[in-house]
Amino acid sequence: MTLTITHLYYLVGAILAVTAVMTLTDRQHAKRYSSAFFWGLYSLVFLVGDRLPPVWVGVGVVVMALIAAFGGVGIGHHVPRTVEQYAASAKRLGNKLFIPALAIPVVTMIGTLSASHLVIGGTPLLDPKNTTLVSLGIGCIVALALACKMTNETPVQGIRESRRLTDALGWALVLPQMLGMLGLVFSDAGVGKAVAHITTSYINMDVRFFAVVVYVVGMALFTVIMGNGFAAFPVMTGGVGIPVLVGMYHGNPAVMAAVGMLSGYCGTLLTPMAANFNIVPAALLELPDKNAVIRAQVPTALALLTCNVFILYFLMFR
Amino acid sequence: MPTEINLWPLLGVAVIIAGFVLRFNPMLVVIVTAIVTAFAAHFPVEKILATIGTGFIKTRNLPLIILLPLAVIGLLERHGLRQHAQRWISSIKSATSGRLLIVYLGARQLTAAVGLTSLGGHPQMVRPLLAPMAEGAAEARFGALPDKVRHKLRAYAAATDNVGLFFGEDIFVAFGAIVLMTTFLREAGIDIEPIQVALWGIPTAVCAFVIHAWRLRRLDGWLARELAGATPVAPAASTANPAVKGA
Repeated sequence: MTLTITHLYYLVGAILAVTAVMTLTDRQHAKRYSSAFFWGLYSLVFLVGDRLPPVWVGVGVVVMALIAAFGGVGIGHHVPRTVEQYAASAKRLGNKLFIPALAIPVVTMIGTLSASHLVIGGTPLLDPKNTTLVSLGIGCIVALALACKMTNETPVQGIRESRRLTDALGWALVLPQMLGMLGLVFSDAGVGKAVAHITTSYINMDVRFFAVVVYVVGMALFTVIMGNGFAAFPVMTGGVGIPVLVGMYHGNPAVMAAVGMLSGYCGTLLTPMAANFNIVPAALLELPDKNAVIRAQVPTALALLTCNVFILYFLMFR
Repeated sequence: MPTEINLWPLLGVAVIIAGFVLRFNPMLVVIVTAIVTAFAAHFPVEKILATIGTGFIKTRNLPLIILLPLAVIGLLERHGLRQHAQRWISSIKSATSGRLLIVYLGARQLTAAVGLTSLGGHPQMVRPLLAPMAEGAAEARFGALPDKVRHKLRAYAAATDNVGLFFGEDIFVAFGAIVLMTTFLREAGIDIEPIQVALWGIPTAVCAFVIHAWRLRRLDGWLARELAGATPVAPAASTANPAVKGA
């Protein structure tokens, strides 16, 4: 049997369903019904999402967004431990605490690297298309087993802790997926084509340096809008890179592609649209300012973007 | 290229920018943008909902990397992982927040460059280990930290993970972005080897390290100024060489 990403969807769906039930039975929760409904709907997306008609899923997504937008997702009741309890178990377990934490990346890495050899009777053990994610899932299960054994806790306590962190993240947990969806809507609606049309029709590219600036800055700006360098690359490279930098000025396409994509990544550092990298960590680290991570990245991104202009200009036309 | 290009979907771009600038709830901004954009492209209501639904199902893999590690990380936190990480780093006398993050930046870039992109990440590395360590290193020098400083250190820890990952992974030949680039260029009639694209990512990667490491060194200086008087140690001048060498 091949372990596929669908199994991970069921696992995550089950975790979210339990989270929803725990929320529903949490009598001290101020918004328990709307929060439980939100997590319940989200768990359905993973458990049965691909078997539902897309229109229904769309309705569910709109409902989830409205619950979140009007403050319906709240934080439940969690019993914190005392400072002494933390200190005592930190002292008792010491460096052993690092083992499960590091087991997640290590198992993920081993799984990813050895996946192509794990074939039994022609059937791969791990989904070849999603080896990293499937390995991450295995890594988390192995790490949970290690952590439970070490701390004498049950997996149920693990789920409770998972719910504590899920509550802390709130709707920010769903935002990356919402933005991913928006990216697909943008591309279906032809936003990329419209942007390329505007860029190429209204900007003068007769000066070589200027064309380089348009490409580099355009990649970053378009990534800021789309939240993803992968979405910006075909648009800017098809609109400016290939016809102007390579076609008109005969630049080296390998340099253009590499520096172009990395200019897009500078844009990723700057945008709330890249929720997984910028908004989620702010929530995960319990920062009051949701844009704190972006703020810490702005100087690096702008300085690097300037470097990219010169790297592209000097290395592309040697 | 079709002759008639519908520019109305750009309305969606305006909506999302306005929404984020005016600080409306992001979930509301996104759903309104999706509906406005699809409407501007003349989609009927049923198709708008179906497009949203299909898109949401297609991107289900995005939250996995955040959701899956939560149980383990939560359990370990319950047993003092963060406290231990802080104590552990404060036992290393030469550790400053800036130097620690520079070492992490270098390690993250190098491991990502050989394809080990999953050796970091916010839920499994930054929250439980890197951020507490950055705080612990500062605490060991300056004593208890005000919230403003604590939050800044956490934001820098998250930023360092991002910078290291982004400007390391593109040097790895088998990475998705390289495949995407070469495929796109081939379709446009330009044949180049993936290895060439990967190699031309190196100058930017080096710049990224230098720029961000320099800013992390300044972070140590900022900490010393902000928390001045708390301790006799003056890290700003002494950080230069060991920090860069350590990475």
